[in-house]
Amino acid sequence: MKTNDVILQTAAKVVFFIIFLFSIHIFFAGHYAPGGGFVGGLLTTGAILLLLLAFDIRTIQQILPFNFTVMTAIGLLLALGTAAGSIFFNVPFFTHAFGDFDLPLFGHTSLHTAMLFDSGVYLVVVGSAITIIQSIGGDD
Amino acid sequence: MEFVLLIFLPVVFAILVPFAYRKVKGIHTGWFVLLVPLVLFSYYLSFLPLVMDGGHAISEMKWIPSLGIAFTSYIDGLSLLFTLLITGIGSLVVLYSVFYMDREKEDLGSFYVYLLIFMTAMLGVVQSDNTMTLYLFWELTSISSFLLIGFWYTKDKSRFGALKSMMITVFGGLMMLGAFILLSIMGETFSVRELIAQAPDLLNQPYFTLALVLLLLGAFTKSAQFPFYIWLPDAMEAPTPVSAYLHSATMVKAGIYLVARFTPIFGSASTWIWLVTGIGLLTLFWGSLFAVKQTDLKAILAFSTVSQLGLIMSLLGAGAISYHTTAAMFSFATYAAIFHLINHAAFKGGLFMIAGIIDHETGTRDIRKLGGLMSVMPISFTVAAIGSLSMAGLPPFNGFLSKEMFLESMVALRHFELFNFDTWGIMFPIVAWVASVFTFTYSMYFVLKTFIGQKKFEQLPKQPHEAPIGMLLAPMILATIVIVVFFIPNVVGKWIIKPAVMAVQPTLYASPSAIDIHVKAWHGFGAVGLWLTIGVIVFGTLLYLTIPKWQPLYRIQPDQLSLNNGYDAMMRGSEKGMNRVSRLYMTGKIRTYLLYMFAFMSVTIIALLFIKDAFVVDMNSFAAITLYGSLNAIVLLVSVGFVVFAKSRLAAIIALGGVGYSVALFFVIFKAPDLALTQLVIETVSVALFLLAFKHLPALSTHGETKSNKMVNLMVSLSVGVMVTLVALSSHSQKMIPSISQYYKDTVETEAAGGNIVNVILVDYRGFDTLFEIAVLAIAGIAVLGMIRLRVSRKEQTDENK
Repeated sequence: MKTNDVILQTAAKVVFFIIFLFSIHIFFAGHYAPGGGFVGGLLTTGAILLLLLAFDIRTIQQILPFNFTVMTAIGLLLALGTAAGSIFFNVPFFTHAFGDFDLPLFGHTSLHTAMLFDSGVYLVVVGSAITIIQSIGGDD
Repeated sequence: MEFVLLIFLPVVFAILVPFAYRKVKGIHTGWFVLLVPLVLFSYYLSFLPLVMDGGHAISEMKWIPSLGIAFTSYIDGLSLLFTLLITGIGSLVVLYSVFYMDREKEDLGSFYVYLLIFMTAMLGVVQSDNTMTLYLFWELTSISSFLLIGFWYTKDKSRFGALKSMMITVFGGLMMLGAFILLSIMGETFSVRELIAQAPDLLNQPYFTLALVLLLLGAFTKSAQFPFYIWLPDAMEAPTPVSAYLHSATMVKAGIYLVARFTPIFGSASTWIWLVTGIGLLTLFWGSLFAVKQTDLKAILAFSTVSQLGLIMSLLGAGAISYHTTAAMFSFATYAAIFHLINHAAFKGGLFMIAGIIDHETGTRDIRKLGGLMSVMPISFTVAAIGSLSMAGLPPFNGFLSKEMFLESMVALRHFELFNFDTWGIMFPIVAWVASVFTFTYSMYFVLKTFIGQKKFEQLPKQPHEAPIGMLLAPMILATIVIVVFFIPNVVGKWIIKPAVMAVQPTLYASPSAIDIHVKAWHGFGAVGLWLTIGVIVFGTLLYLTIPKWQPLYRIQPDQLSLNNGYDAMMRGSEKGMNRVSRLYMTGKIRTYLLYMFAFMSVTIIALLFIKDAFVVDMNSFAAITLYGSLNAIVLLVSVGFVVFAKSRLAAIIALGGVGYSVALFFVIFKAPDLALTQLVIETVSVALFLLAFKHLPALSTHGETKSNKMVNLMVSLSVGVMVTLVALSSHSQKMIPSISQYYKDTVETEAAGGNIVNVILVDYRGFDTLFEIAVLAIAGIAVLGMIRLRVSRKEQTDENK
C-alpha cells in the first residue's frame, strides 16, 4: 500500500526520533526510575510502528536495514550469556554483579551486569515485535 | 582449575564444529574432533595414582545452591574407569569415523555435534555426584542418542529406531528420577556420597523398596535388560561408529554404572539381589538365544550386547551378596563384573567396527549373502576372530578370564544360604552355562559364516576388498588390548579394577590393595570353571555345526507374540486413543479454546473458593473512593459497554483502547508508574497493530454466532468476571503471610544497588522469569514469521499447480 500523506510522514519523521530517544532514556533510567528494557523496547517498537503507518513496509526496510529475527537471537544470547557468565566466577547461575567506576567522560558511574541482561530483554522485545509486525504487515 | 568444567569441554567444542565443517575444506572434521577425547583421556589418566590408593577427587560448581543442586565431578575408581572408557573408546571411534563417514556425502557438521553432546552427557552421568544433575545428563544421553540413531533421517527405519530407543530410555529415566526424589526425601540430600553414608538408615525407610524398583527400571531400560532390550536391535540403524560407541561401549553401560554406583545403598536388600541377578541372567539367556536367529551382522552383535550386558548385570547382583556373607567368592563376582565390562568394551567395540567395515566394503550386512571373505580381507578377519573368540570365552583372550570368573561366581551362588538361594540357586549355574554355550555358538556364527565358507562374491553389491588402513587402525588397537589384557590381567586389576570394586563396595575394604583377588588363567584340573568351559566349547561347536537343522525352530514363535509386536501395538493404540481425545477439543477455532480455558478456570476457582470457605471481604482495608477514581471507573464502564455493543469493528477497537488507557490511569492514581507506563505503551502498540491488520480481518457480521453461542459467551465471561472479583477481594482482605514487598524495599539498595524495585525484580530477583518470558516472546515472533511465510509458500504452490 503506497500512501502519500505528507503531514503524517513529516510529523512521523520528527516524532520517531523523539520517541526513540525517550525510549533510550527510559531504558537507561530503569534501574532507578520507572522504565527498563521491556518498556524501552516497547517504546522503540511503537516508534517504528509509527513509521510503518506513515510509510510503507519496503521503505522501512530500507531505512532500518536490520534483520529483526537475528536481533531477537542476539538479545536472547546476551540475556542468557549474562546469566551464565556468573558460573565462571563460581557463583550460582544468574548472580549479578555491580560496582562503581570512574570512567572518562561519564565520571563516577555505577555499572551493573543487570544492565546487560536488560539490554538483552530490550533487543528481544524490539526484535520479536517488529518481526511479528513485519510478517503480518508484509503479507499483502 | 576446576576439573568439573572438563565435562563441558566436548559440548563447548561442539560450537566450533560447524565452522570447521563449512570453512575448512579438504580436512575431515573428525580430525579436529579427535583432539577432544584424546586430551580428556590423557588428562584423566593422571588421576590413576590417586584412585589406586583408594582416594578420590572432587570438584564442584554451584548451580542452584538453594536447592542443593550442583554440577560435580566426583572421581573415584568406578567413575574413572567409565571416564577412561568414554574418552578412550571415544578417541578410537572418532578415528574410525574419519574413514567411515564420507566427507562429501554425509552431514558431518551435525554428526560430530551430536557425538560431542553425547560425550559431555556421558561424562556427566558417570562423574555427577548430584542425583539431579545425574538425571539431567542421563536424559541428555537419551536425546543425543536419539539424534545419532536418527542421523540418516530420510530412512523410515532410522526414525522408527530413534523414536523407539528414546521412548523406552526416557521412560526409564523418568522412573529413575522418581527413585532419586524418593531417596532425597528419605536421606534429605541429592548427593550420592551422602546417601551412601546413610545407607543403613535408608534400609528401613518406607519408600526404600519403591525407590529400589524405580531405580532398577531406569538402569534396566538403559542397559537393554529383558524385556526392555527391544530398542537396542532397532538402534542399529545408526551409523556404525555410533553403534560401536553408544551401543556397546558407553551408553548402554550407563545402566550398569547406575547399578554399581547404588549398590552400597540398595545392595543389602534381598529384592535387589534377586532382581539384578535374575533379570541379568534372563537377559543373558534370552539375548544369546536370539542372536543366532539374526541374519544382519549388526543385529547379531546387538543381541550379543544384550546378552553380555545381562551377564555383567547378574555378576553385579551376585557381588552384592558380599554384604551378607564373608565368603570371598562374592566380592570376586563384583571384580568379575568390572573386568568383563572392560573386556566387553574392547572386543565388542572392535567387532562393531569390523561389521561396519564389511558393510562399507561389500555393501551388505546380510550374513546369508556373505562368506569366504577371509582371502580378500585378512586383517579384518584376524581382528574379527580375536574379538569373537574373546566373546566366546576362549584363551588367550581377555574374555576367557572374565567368562571363567563368571561361571565360577554363578556356581558359588548355589551355596548361598539366604533368601531361598539354597533351593532356587541351582538354576543360576545351569542358565549361565546354557547361555554360555549359545554365546559360543553365535560368536562362531558371526565370524565363520562371514569369513570362511563358500565365496559368494557375485551376490554382493560391491566387489569386496580390504578396508583402508586408517579404518582398520581403531579395531586393531582394540584387538591388541584384547590380547594384552589376557597376559597382564593383574596389572589391569591393580590399576583399574580394584579401585572400581572398592567404589562399588566401599564399606568392605579399607583400600583397593585389601582386595585379595589374583586372576589366574590356569586354575588346575580341579577347577570347576575349566570343565564348564570345556563343556561350552564341545556343545557350542556341536550347536554351530548343526545350525541349519535347528535354526528353523525359531519360526515356531509367532510374530504376534513377540515383545516388539507388543510395543508396536501399544504405540499404535495410544496414538489412536490420543487422536480421538484431541479431536474432541481441537476444533481449530480460537473461540472454542478460549471458552474451554475460561470456563474451566472460573469454575474450578469459584468452586475452590466456596469449598475452602475462603471468600472474605474486609471493608476496612479498602482505599478511599476518590473523585478521579470514580470518574475513571465511569469512563472504563462506558468503554466496556461500547466494546460489547459496537456495530463497527473500528469503533470496538477504539473503545478497547479506551478500556486500556483508563486502566493505565488507575495505575497512575494508585501510584504504580511502571505499570502505567507499560500499559500505555502496550495499548498504543496493540491498537496500532490492530489498525495494521485491520483490512485483513473479516467483516464483523460474518462471525456466524448463533443466539445460544452468544448466551454461552455471556455466561462464561460473566463467571470469569465474578471469579476475578472474588479472588481479588479475598486476596486483598486476608494476609496469611507478610507481604514480600517489605523485603524488596529493604534489600533493593544493598543487594542490587538499584532504585526502582519493579525493574530490579524483573532483571535480578526474578531474572529467571524474565529470561523465560523473553524466550517465549522470541518463540512467538518466530512462530508468527514461520506461519505467515509458510502460508505464502503454500499459496505459491497452488498457483504453480494451476
